[in-house]
Amino acid sequence: MQLLLEQLTNGLTIGSFYALVAMGYSMVYGVMKLINFAHGDFFTLGSYLGYTILVIGSGWVTRTFGLWGGIALAILGAMLGLALGGLLVERVAYRPVYKAGRLPLVVSALGASIFISNGIMAVWGPRFQAYPQTGIPSGTLRLFGEIYIPDIKLVTLLVSLTLMAVIYFIVEKTLFGAAVRATALDRETATLMGINFRSIILFVFSVGPALGALAGVFAGLNYSRIIFNMGWGYGLKAFTATIIGGIGNIPGAMVGGLLLGLLESLFEGFVSGAWKNVFVFLILIVILIVRPTGLIGEKVAEKV
Amino acid sequence: MLGANGAGKTTLLKVISGLVPIKSGVVRLMGQDLSKYLPHQLAALGMAHIPEGRRVFATLTVEENLNLGTWGVRHKLSERQIRETKEWIFTLFPILRERRKQLAGTLSGGEQQMLAIGRGLISKPKILLLDEPSLGLAPILVQEIFRVIRQIHEEEKVSILLVEQNARKALSIANYGYILETGKIAIQGTAAELRENEHVKAAYLGGTRLRNR
Ligand SMILES: Nc1ncnc2c1ncn2[C@@H]1O[C@H](COP(=O)(O)OP(=O)(O)O)[C@@H](O)[C@H]1O
Ligand SMILES: [Mg+2]
Repeated sequence: MQLLLEQLTNGLTIGSFYALVAMGYSMVYGVMKLINFAHGDFFTLGSYLGYTILVIGSGWVTRTFGLWGGIALAILGAMLGLALGGLLVERVAYRPVYKAGRLPLVVSALGASIFISNGIMAVWGPRFQAYPQTGIPSGTLRLFGEIYIPDIKLVTLLVSLTLMAVIYFIVEKTLFGAAVRATALDRETATLMGINFRSIILFVFSVGPALGALAGVFAGLNYSRIIFNMGWGYGLKAFTATIIGGIGNIPGAMVGGLLLGLLESLFEGFVSGAWKNVFVFLILIVILIVRPTGLIGEKVAEKV
Repeated sequence: MLGANGAGKTTLLKVISGLVPIKSGVVRLMGQDLSKYLPHQLAALGMAHIPEGRRVFATLTVEENLNLGTWGVRHKLSERQIRETKEWIFTLFPILRERRKQLAGTLSGGEQQMLAIGRGLISKPKILLLDEPSLGLAPILVQEIFRVIRQIHEEEKVSILLVEQNARKALSIANYGYILETGKIAIQGTAAELRENEHVKAAYLGGTRLRNR
């Protein structure tokens, strides 16, 4: 029972990281039809930004507002930084090649990915860095019986799920969200509605990376160790989650991410840790065979 | 505007609404050169373009599709005006009210066309570009759509540039017509003149074009 609950919270935690990163993949893909290879590196960069803020900037903030204040600052700083970073990457790496077609864009995305991860290595070094344990509240909450959950994990889950809900609401329930989805479906007709494609691009390239940065900071806060190329693994899992949920739609990315995290953790806890990645990609294959459009990616037949 | 398949009718409408760049010449709307605007700004100037093939947003609901029609003018129209226009569209096409929670992709072809027209009208345009609204519809629906087009023009004073292959029907509701042949205006005149024109009669209203009845 204890192991089950533990693996469930672990699964939800890592699943929420996958989901946050997956939402970024999905948004950009939906609107641009581009698999943004640099997205995993946004996650890493966010994590390093949060780390730096926590290490150098936390002194005053922590003294004034307490440990949680420092963490909030790290999160907000990383998200803001990556929102700007995402826009910058769009501007310098993608916009110049839009007219050149899909393939150059993909190559440019790969280039951006390599550039960012090597940039991180150049700035912060090639070795693991550790989030300062003194900057992270170490309290735990007793749920019931002998079940404890660290405060930081609880906050991770609460903030991640809340933010997901907010993005879900914006994309699925507001007129602006409808404009984003319409642009993803048919850019030309969306233009006829008066929708400015540029502003939709700005939305996906700022919010997507910011969500990735949030996941990155939380990964550092929960697992402490970060390294310049960790975006690869997380990015691949998150991309898998995107496909499982159905690429291009936000609820799919959320469901896919959480589901993947849960299954992975349960498998790790009850079957084998060494085989968990095999298991994860087996799930991907099975889902692709049974539902090629993903769990939520339903295609509505277009009638003539 | 009449013309055979491939004559350039759709291209011309796309040029007017800025989707296709202009090689030469000017497009003016009420005296204003449109080249200084971006395509997405034209809705705010009072232009609505209902594209060929309906192009409804299939995985959005009927209501979301309609609401998006207001996007370009959302700062110009009040909530109330939009609500009233929507009501008016629901009286033009009552079926849309029934289906408003349904995904647009699940509508029949005729219903999608009604939605496409409604989505264009909800911005209260001064000029409406309509590309082959009767294409692929059952005769009874064609009748319905043409009735509404006439009504929009007469009651709401919307100027309409209608592209049609169904020449007979189009000339029956139009004031003025153009015949487009391989990208050039071959003939133009009032609808009555065109109906009497020998070339138009032979090529566009001929008895052999029964499928266009
Ligand atoms: N993007 C394009 N590039 C090149 N030629 C095009 C393009 N779109 C349409 N055409 C051609 O231009 C001509 C006019 O097309 P169109 O305007 O769609 O005709 P219509 O609407 O009158 O049937 C056709 O010969 C068509 O093949
Ligand atoms: Mg055409």
